[in-house]
Amino acid sequence: MTDKVNLSKRRLLLAATTAAGGVAAAGAGAPFVLSLMPSERAKAAGAPVEVDLSKLEPGMMMSVEWQGKPVWIVRRTPEMLELLARHDNQLADPRSTVPQQPDYCNYAYRSIKPEYLVVLGICTHLGCSPTFRPEIAPPDLGADWAGGWFCPCHGSRFDLAARVYKDVPAPTNLIVPPHKYLSDGRLLVGDDSKGAA
Amino acid sequence: MKTLHRLLGWIDARFPLTSTWKAHVSEYYAPKNFNFWYFFGSLALLVLVIQILSGIFLTMNYKPDALFAFASVEYIMRDVQWGWLLRYIHSTGASMFFVVVYLHMFRGLMYGSYRKPRELLWIIGMVIYLALMGEAFMGYLLPWGQMSFWGAQVIINLFSSVPVIGPDLSLLIRGDFVVSDTTLNRFFALHVIAIPLILLLIVVAHLTALHEVGSNNPDGIEIKKHKDANGHPLDGIPFHPYYTVKDGVGAVGFLIVFCAILFFAPDMGGYFLEYNNFVPANPMKTPEHIAPVWYFTPYYAILRAVPPLFGSQFPGVVAMGVATVIFFFLPWLDRGKVKSIRYRGPIYKTFLALFVVSFIGLGWLGLLPATPAYTVIARILAVVYFAFFLLMPWYTRIDRCKHEPERVTSK
Repeated sequence: MTDKVNLSKRRLLLAATTAAGGVAAAGAGAPFVLSLMPSERAKAAGAPVEVDLSKLEPGMMMSVEWQGKPVWIVRRTPEMLELLARHDNQLADPRSTVPQQPDYCNYAYRSIKPEYLVVLGICTHLGCSPTFRPEIAPPDLGADWAGGWFCPCHGSRFDLAARVYKDVPAPTNLIVPPHKYLSDGRLLVGDDSKGAA
Repeated sequence: MKTLHRLLGWIDARFPLTSTWKAHVSEYYAPKNFNFWYFFGSLALLVLVIQILSGIFLTMNYKPDALFAFASVEYIMRDVQWGWLLRYIHSTGASMFFVVVYLHMFRGLMYGSYRKPRELLWIIGMVIYLALMGEAFMGYLLPWGQMSFWGAQVIINLFSSVPVIGPDLSLLIRGDFVVSDTTLNRFFALHVIAIPLILLLIVVAHLTALHEVGSNNPDGIEIKKHKDANGHPLDGIPFHPYYTVKDGVGAVGFLIVFCAILFFAPDMGGYFLEYNNFVPANPMKTPEHIAPVWYFTPYYAILRAVPPLFGSQFPGVVAMGVATVIFFFLPWLDRGKVKSIRYRGPIYKTFLALFVVSFIGLGWLGLLPATPAYTVIARILAVVYFAFFLLMPWYTRIDRCKHEPERVTSK
């Protein structure tokens, strides 16, 4: 026995104990952090929603709730569809190159049937729900306004294909959720698989 | 009397009661030239106590559940005896907290209170300010009104614009895919337990750091340079009784203002309690115009002023974050030879004035809808805001300062 203290051995042991303790603390912390993530019930709440389109008049919008978020369905008139082609130069992404829609909606009208637009009513900026402004050139939105949505939170503008205008806070077009037609007047939002009905 | 004395001796042998009282109150020497601006530290402490007290009693009737929260607040307002008073005390207290803290911070800016050796004191204070913002933000969700809901929706979505981890981060904060009952429940837990505990802890740290380095004063000079035979600063006076009495007068004045708001204008014309928040939360419909409560609007205006870059909102979020965090770096940005505005040259005074104009201007714009003209003004003011900080190393160095006096002055 010697009363000399082996300092380097003590430092090594201290470092090893600290490292082991750190790993244990991180492991013990994991359940706490994971408990903050969406619960199984929250994850299961996203069931598809069936919508009856028969009462929707041309030029009108209806909204339904899917996964706690508003989904808008607009029945566009031929005039509305015609106006959509006229302002490509004012849009940030007129051809919908950013994948904000299923492949089957990847063209100017951003819908399965040109007449019906189905879109998630959540601004891609910070998640407000924009206001439907179908009128042409209202005084507060300017003479260029061809109908669409205006976000009251930060002033983002979208046309009637939910495509975002240039120079507004929202970076991308609104999201088109997966959807499919069960029959002519019945729409299913939240599911586009071939088998489901 | 003798028994009391003996009891005190008994305690002092077991707990540092007398020595703590002396060190922090009766023999804590503060500069004798404190002016009006030195009320706001103790007033902040007073508001903290008011908020904790009124908050405890509010939790006794509040229900943190999306189905019942709105109704339980209305129950407090209408049916709980004096419940309206408790609720209005708490909501008025929230806004007054920020009034007091902003004035307290402005005092620091004017007199260079963040300068060496008070860097850590300033940083701890900034941590308090950030914790307070979190506390206020989470508390605002609890009434579950339209503004509660959409305000939280917008702010939490700010986090989802962070590259790579953003979407998961906002999911972690919400605990759901949308702001929901889960979010409300956890914000309640954080608002009433986690953040108040942290706040109390860092307030103690703030005071500990203050009493270690000693208070600054309107002349921005160190009173510890000149001490008497007992080692007490010649220009210092004991905190008790001199400043306990002075702060008492401040507290009375403050409570007069506080009660005037509380009893005559508790919603302050929609600025302290927004009208839309008297409508229950509706996830399907955003109100026509949403704006945060006034104390967040300067940063909100900066967020809106920055256009998206590369298809991402992140730059605006970064600008907003930097606008708050940049205060932390003040001790190192300021290269002036003197601390106090009394001895600074015209350039610093001009920049500080411009900063105040930009802060108030941005705060005002943040309350209004974003029109193109307002956006341009907000951009100009945001540039002024950042110029105050970023150009500081330059303009404080070239500024022509006056001579600091050796001893404090009283006007």
